[in-house]
Amino acid sequence: MNKPLPAKAKVPLKQRRHNTLVYLRQHWQLYLIFMLPAFVLTIIFRYIPMGGVAIAFMDYNPFRGLWHSEWVGLAHFKRFLSSPDFMTYLMNTLKLSVFGLLWGFPAPILLAFLLNRILSSKIKQKVQLVLYMPNFISSIIYTAALSNASKDLKEAAVIDGANLIQQIKTVEWPAIKDTVLIQFIMAVGNIMSVGFEKAYALQTDLNMGASEIISTYVYKKGLLDGDYGFSTAVGLFNTVINIVLLISMNTIVKKMNEGKGI
Amino acid sequence: MSVANVPARKKKSEFAKYPTGDKTILIIAYIILGIFLAAIIIPVLYIILASFIDPITLQNKGVTFDFSKWTTTAYTRVLGNAQIWVGFKNALIYSVLFTIISVIVTLLAAYPMSRSDFRFKGFFNTIYVITMFFGGGLIPTYLLISDLGMLNTIWAILLPGAFSVWNMIIARTYYQGVPRDLEEAASIDGASEMVYFFKILLPVCTPIIATICMWQFVGMWNSYFDAMIYLNDVSKQPLQLVLRGILIQSQPEPGMVSDMQSTAARAQLAELLKYATIIISSLPLLIMYPFFQRYFDSGIMAGAVKG
Repeated sequence: MNKPLPAKAKVPLKQRRHNTLVYLRQHWQLYLIFMLPAFVLTIIFRYIPMGGVAIAFMDYNPFRGLWHSEWVGLAHFKRFLSSPDFMTYLMNTLKLSVFGLLWGFPAPILLAFLLNRILSSKIKQKVQLVLYMPNFISSIIYTAALSNASKDLKEAAVIDGANLIQQIKTVEWPAIKDTVLIQFIMAVGNIMSVGFEKAYALQTDLNMGASEIISTYVYKKGLLDGDYGFSTAVGLFNTVINIVLLISMNTIVKKMNEGKGI
Repeated sequence: MSVANVPARKKKSEFAKYPTGDKTILIIAYIILGIFLAAIIIPVLYIILASFIDPITLQNKGVTFDFSKWTTTAYTRVLGNAQIWVGFKNALIYSVLFTIISVIVTLLAAYPMSRSDFRFKGFFNTIYVITMFFGGGLIPTYLLISDLGMLNTIWAILLPGAFSVWNMIIARTYYQGVPRDLEEAASIDGASEMVYFFKILLPVCTPIIATICMWQFVGMWNSYFDAMIYLNDVSKQPLQLVLRGILIQSQPEPGMVSDMQSTAARAQLAELLKYATIIISSLPLLIMYPFFQRYFDSGIMAGAVKG
């Protein structure tokens, strides 16, 4: 199982193919039982719609379908970017997500540190029960990482006479640093997909000026008004911003973190 | 295998061990933690109390313990709505089925991805990770569901989100923490992958399975977007959508200024129903949490066993 595979370059192509075939024959269950359901679901429900993004460049007509609708190039994007509401929606989206990130991101980390310092395990349990109730679930991940690494190291640090702050710096923070960074990159990469459900649920005519975000706009334009092409274009614009943010954040983190990122 | 619980620590001596400077920091930490707890508990308490209080009194005086102003009207109104019970049943069916399908698909896929010898791992990994950041978006997905004939069926709710890449990564990481000796012992005995997975790997992964189950169940229970766009039939709607309908119906509408009285009456009704609906919709989750916490303690907190 753990035998290292021979280095690829040294094995002739034929031999490599043969090895793969033998592997596939031996381990077919991994592909046909374990992997197939997830793979099929991903292709159908994630990749086929990606092809549908073409609608963003079309004057899509549901009766004529994808193959017979007219291409309009970037017309939908131009219309959205030049509309007076564009800036409002963009700013609303950014405000909700950036404030959400500023509060929602450090809180679980801080909580995990605090929880890790509760001395009585019974009290810790009860506190956790309350904290996880609404939505601090992600601090589970940090708490796990913390209690994993710290036990032995912490004891060593205590013996060396490290105080609490030093312990946090040298033992606890390094234990969760990578998890924190990855979560951060992911959070930034999703900054434009801030919750439709919350914004839409709390939306009323009175607060519309602040609560209309890009995703609620996409929903209304697309499914309520039937403006399919335009709505898809707005959604695609949103996704592209997300990806740009993700990639730039990943690059920054990699530079600061000795080449480690996603 | 089970990681024995850390023997109960002696609280006082433990605290006394810290040097004075650290004690101050610890006390500050406990105070911050207390504030967090209060920030969660107080709104919950408020909602519980407010749901029993007559809305006019609530508006004028706030929460009162003058029990003559208490009423269960909100609950009788909400629970008397036949749609609520249908919604409750639907939400339960969707959440249970979604959790089962999703957890099976995700746990299965995580296994090959956790093995270092799995061929084409990089290929699958790329395919899956891309979906975390790029997708077709609302309209193309809607059109696909429509083309597949899944509109207004339970499948539109259960299948599209069934495979969660994020949960797969978490499960994969957890599997990788299980000692390899177990796998080697199994393969020497000639056990197939299926046997190893179901008989040896899964039983030691209960904590992560419970965690993923809970995430999926809670996520489905609280969601309403997919149901809102894919299910037109009122009899198929889940609880959250029904509750939303009740609240919106009793929301004052713009342009009703001419009818001040009815507007005020509607606003009052909405106010009355608001808190009761929050309680009713989150009751099942509140009941579930303590049950799942057992698993968090036994496993995740103790940490994945290091190989």
